[in-house]
Amino acid sequence: MSKFRHILFTILTLGLTLLLSGCKAVMLDPKGIIAADEKQILITAVGLMLIVVIPVIILTFVIAWKYRASNTKAKYTPEWSHSTILEIVWWTIPCVIILILAVITWISSHQLDPYKPLDLKAKPVTIEVIALDWKWLFIYPDQHIATVNFVELPVNVPVRFLITADAPMNSFQIPQLAGQIYAMPGMQTKLNIMATATGDYAGMSANYSGVGFTYMNFIARVATQEDFNKWVKTAQKSSDKLGMEAYNKLAMPTRNNPPESFSAVADGLFNAIMMKYMMPGPAMKGMENKGMQDMHNKDYSSDRDYQSGYNKNNVPPTPVNN
Amino acid sequence: MLEQMLFGKLTLAAIPVHNPIIMGAGAFMGIIAAVVVAALFYFKKWKWLWSEWLTSVDHKKIGIMYIIFAFVMLLRGYSDAIMMRLQQAIAVGSSAGYLPPEHYEQIFTAHGVIMIFFVAMPLMFGLLNIGVPLQIGARDVAFPYLNSLSLWLTVVGAMLVNISLVVGDFAGTGWLAYPPLSELTYSPNVGVDYYIWALQISGVGSLLSGVNFFVTILKMRCPGMSLMKMPIFIWAALATVILVILAFPVLTVTLGMLFLDRFMGMHFFTAGFGGNAMMYVNMIWIWGHPEVYILVLPAFGIFSEVVATFAKKRLFGYTTMVWAIGAITVLSFIVWLHHFFTMGAGADVNAFFGIATMIIAIPTGVKIFNWLFTMYRGRIDFKAPMLWTIGFMTTFAIGGMTGVLMSVPAIDFQVHNSVFLIAHFHNVIIGGVVFGYFAGLIYWFPKMFGFKLNEVLGKCAFWCWIVGFYVAFMPAYYLGLMGMTRRLNHIDASTGWQPYLIVEAIGAVIIGIGVVFQVLQLVISIKNREKYKDTTGDPWDGRTLEWSIPSPPPFYNFAITPVVHSRDAFWEAKQERLKNPNLIEKPHYTDIHMPKNTSVGFLIAVFAGLFGFAMVWHITWLIVLGIIGIFATVIARTFNTDIDYYVKAEEVEKIETQLRLNRAI
Repeated sequence: MSKFRHILFTILTLGLTLLLSGCKAVMLDPKGIIAADEKQILITAVGLMLIVVIPVIILTFVIAWKYRASNTKAKYTPEWSHSTILEIVWWTIPCVIILILAVITWISSHQLDPYKPLDLKAKPVTIEVIALDWKWLFIYPDQHIATVNFVELPVNVPVRFLITADAPMNSFQIPQLAGQIYAMPGMQTKLNIMATATGDYAGMSANYSGVGFTYMNFIARVATQEDFNKWVKTAQKSSDKLGMEAYNKLAMPTRNNPPESFSAVADGLFNAIMMKYMMPGPAMKGMENKGMQDMHNKDYSSDRDYQSGYNKNNVPPTPVNN
Repeated sequence: MLEQMLFGKLTLAAIPVHNPIIMGAGAFMGIIAAVVVAALFYFKKWKWLWSEWLTSVDHKKIGIMYIIFAFVMLLRGYSDAIMMRLQQAIAVGSSAGYLPPEHYEQIFTAHGVIMIFFVAMPLMFGLLNIGVPLQIGARDVAFPYLNSLSLWLTVVGAMLVNISLVVGDFAGTGWLAYPPLSELTYSPNVGVDYYIWALQISGVGSLLSGVNFFVTILKMRCPGMSLMKMPIFIWAALATVILVILAFPVLTVTLGMLFLDRFMGMHFFTAGFGGNAMMYVNMIWIWGHPEVYILVLPAFGIFSEVVATFAKKRLFGYTTMVWAIGAITVLSFIVWLHHFFTMGAGADVNAFFGIATMIIAIPTGVKIFNWLFTMYRGRIDFKAPMLWTIGFMTTFAIGGMTGVLMSVPAIDFQVHNSVFLIAHFHNVIIGGVVFGYFAGLIYWFPKMFGFKLNEVLGKCAFWCWIVGFYVAFMPAYYLGLMGMTRRLNHIDASTGWQPYLIVEAIGAVIIGIGVVFQVLQLVISIKNREKYKDTTGDPWDGRTLEWSIPSPPPFYNFAITPVVHSRDAFWEAKQERLKNPNLIEKPHYTDIHMPKNTSVGFLIAVFAGLFGFAMVWHITWLIVLGIIGIFATVIARTFNTDIDYYVKAEEVEKIETQLRLNRAI
């Protein structure tokens, strides 16, 4: 008996832990206008579909039980296999629900199009995002600063992210502020958001990009305009400057990269990084990038060496511990 | 120099002697293989294996081999799954877990590839092989030799994946190998090459099977079986093979282009030089989305057969079922973009594909209602296949709902690539495809082997699977909403995800217990096969033609080609016999035209396997040998005119009399 009680206790404790940690469902706790709308649509859609799903599940159990073979009192009509009325009913119900959902889909796809500038008076802050192996680089072109694995935004001001990659595909997401958009080399994607509450929110990559992917996390700090301005000033004083040379060093694969901050960011860095994938030849001059060179320097001699990252003559990957 | 000529890129360094997990797994597989080989020598069964099985063109034997192969691979795929669950459950905070990312990424890639290509696909073709010819009253498939070739190409593909475990690496890119990660720049080792050639070789097998069954269903139905009199499983099979024929060439081309990028330095999908990785993503999903329906439609067909048989009632709404299958088939080709709403397509494009996707829910929902009303006013016998069916109907309703949720682009932006997505597709693949195939296996098992499976153990397996599924994947839905993305090798302690991940791991173990019950069920049933013997040929009081012949059927299936007048042909015949019990016609036997066994399929596949291995390691002489071997074998086959024979009418009569005597006992 005591053993049973012990097991019961364990189950209860585990259940309680789960419930208590329940407040961390970040997608149900939005802190930005886009994420809030996305959550609302999620809840509406679930509600609409439960109109069909719950009756189906209940009906399955009820019918299965009622017409079990041992219940000989139940009606048995082995030849009954068609009813036009019934079939019209169950073509109609899902059709109506899907019609409603389709309207919601059409409207919300346009309204929440990540590329669409937010319809607000305030001038947006532009942040350029570059997915690197394996860290996020954020460039503030107007402020001439840049950060790694950390981004700060002002609250209640629209923010426009311009996103690309100098690495395999990644996906840029801060769940409490907005849904994700892919970061791809040679291409630019956009994401428009506005945070409505200050705080630190988790950001991440949502598309597998190699062995250091797990640590492509960052903190998105939403601060008041005042604090944000102060932070920008501090960052502008950073002794680390981000010219082409510093960038090339930064772009080398690292794992679990700590947050960094740079000042004096070279103008047009984002565009240069994106365009180097678009036009080989002249535009490549001055751009030192191992990845591009590797494309034509196949080296099979020691495959095993490559396992821990493809940059053979690079610093060894950061040890896996937090 | 000589070394490179002989072995290409292959060196001893390709064998990871320092990795105990890989070496252990490799040794384990080696020991099993050694035991099997030793047993074959000990019992002197080589000849039997070769002439009765490896060279067989009998669709029933090919089906059985597909199924055995799928189960062996299921064990490997499951091992990968449990390793991942364990890693995510323990690699939290200061612990790095036991799998470094370089190994972990190969495991999640292998899990996906194996489960889809080498478990689900062979199970599907295995069940088609068993069910289709018997249900349409045919003696074999249209091209029996091609059928054997398809099987062996699939097996060889899987062997390449297994070899990669010990010799070299497997891809670490995820199961669809998105470029540019899968390009040479970012994946310079042989993993992606193994991936490409395993899928290319088995993909050709799948495509050939698709053609084979398409022709079989259209041309080889018995007299009277018009399209609208076909059992619903046959409709599902027809839709599936149409999808195979249309979709698999796209996969072949896509992987072919990736191969050219990697092997010839081309730039279809590379990050620079005009390559467009999004093109790959489009193309792979133009195959990949229909693939989902390739797997699930036969499962829908099986549920339709099972529910009618065990509710002892005609399938409700046959015509609507056919239209629903047709609608799903067409729609499955115009929804692929929903796999990447988040790549920045415009709102119009996203909305179009989102709405197209949710429209699929309509015919699928209608099918569920039809199954429900087949049960309504029936006499439901809760045998194991019926349990799987009811488990499916409830589980799939949830999976369908989360699927429609993700078809709304605004929602998908949040949950795309999160473990919510992982929960969704396991919900529909386990709850739909796997449950369906298991139902079908138990249902047709007596037809395949002549005895039923143990019912109690079968039900234990079912309960473990369904409970394990809910325990493993319901937390995943919630984890997704908590912002957990897929393929993480390590989890930050502050996220609070660990308790859920531990629950998930427990769920995976419960599913594992279900697998143990299935193995046990097989062992116990084989041991007691006399007790479970099916002497009637019709153990479930079935409705379709396969139950009208003995279990297992003679090699020619039907001594006399049946003539069909209605949908549930065998059920009608039984009713007729009840009305006129004295009506016994004396059978009139004729000569039966049958194909001869051939080793050509097996040999071509072996050469294809050598070719694939050589391509992976750039061993030129072996590439040439493989190609020459394949073509020489094919050409030699075309000169062989001795490929068929007739079973004489007297011989048929003798076999049938013997079978009838057996039945009487």
